Amino acid sequence: MNIRLNGSEKTLKEFSSISALLQDLSLNPKTVVVELNTEIIQPGSYDEQTLTENDSVEIIRFVGGG
Amino acid sequence: MLSINEHSISYSGQQSIGELVATYKPEANLFILNGYPVSAHTAISDGDSICLICKGETPTAEEMDSLLTARHTPGIQKKIRAASIAILGLGGLGSAVAGAMAKIGIGKMLLSDYDIVEPSNLNRQHYFVDQIGMLKTRALQENLRRMNPNTSLDLIEKKLTEADIPVLFGKVDVLIECFDDPEMKAATLRTLLSKMKTIAYVGSSGMAGFAENNTIRTRTIHPGLYIVGDEISAAEPGQGLMAPRVGIAAHHQANQALRIILQEAAGRTK
Repeated sequence: MNIRLNGSEKTLKEFSSISALLQDLSLNPKTVVVELNTEIIQPGSYDEQTLTENDSVEIIRFVGGG
Repeated sequence: MLSINEHSISYSGQQSIGELVATYKPEANLFILNGYPVSAHTAISDGDSICLICKGETPTAEEMDSLLTARHTPGIQKKIRAASIAILGLGGLGSAVAGAMAKIGIGKMLLSDYDIVEPSNLNRQHYFVDQIGMLKTRALQENLRRMNPNTSLDLIEKKLTEADIPVLFGKVDVLIECFDDPEMKAATLRTLLSKMKTIAYVGSSGMAGFAENNTIRTRTIHPGLYIVGDEISAAEPGQGLMAPRVGIAAHHQANQALRIILQEAAGRTK
């Protein structure tokens, strides 16, 4: 299936969760903010929240330093 | 009536600034009429507000406010003076943001940090060698008072958790995230998105090292929510945080906060 990830097309396995997507992208779930179709998703829901065709996912990545 | 250096006096018809100077402050050499610098020959009229200043002399709080108003123009300074911001984390970003905002005469700042000034901070953070060991909140307060004694400062001296953020910072105009820890950075934006839907936010991600200047940018996530940095350059061995590039990011944050306050950039929907 295809989703929009930060504005670009991405192909994923059917029924992928947000956790699986973050793992695929090698991102630490604690240092990102995830929006699914403009709704904020809390980290506690990353495992059960599955993605479906044409979902739009925004991932904002935070790196250390300030 | 006239107001001269915040004192009311009666208006007696044809007077110029020069005549008032001779009476009220003969040593004055800078004249501000209704927020704008003027010459000694300028005529005044009933209801005017006049500030007479002697260059080189330490200004009073009222004189400093008049100077800022004259420099920034009255309408703009009124908005800056009425605004409140929170700065979460007082390291290389936060200490620089605080300095910029104090200098322009922001009304109120909530300054939050739990840590002390350490020698390793001084390559980028706006503290002094003789402040090593002080709480950053106290050291910064001391420094900001010397920049502008009129800004109201609230110090929050605890290690913040995600749950603290809406409780402590729910009433500011702009929340500026200057944490070092990426987990707290992410938690802050999550909180702004889910629980603080009217507070504007300027966050930060990626400003370590000395990569090209223009890779630091201010990106709009949603109206009223902005993130500053290259979103890539983590602080890590071989790529430390350094004053020049951290300073670029800090001043992006400060200018974005100012733009929100002046309604030049979108805030959150109230």
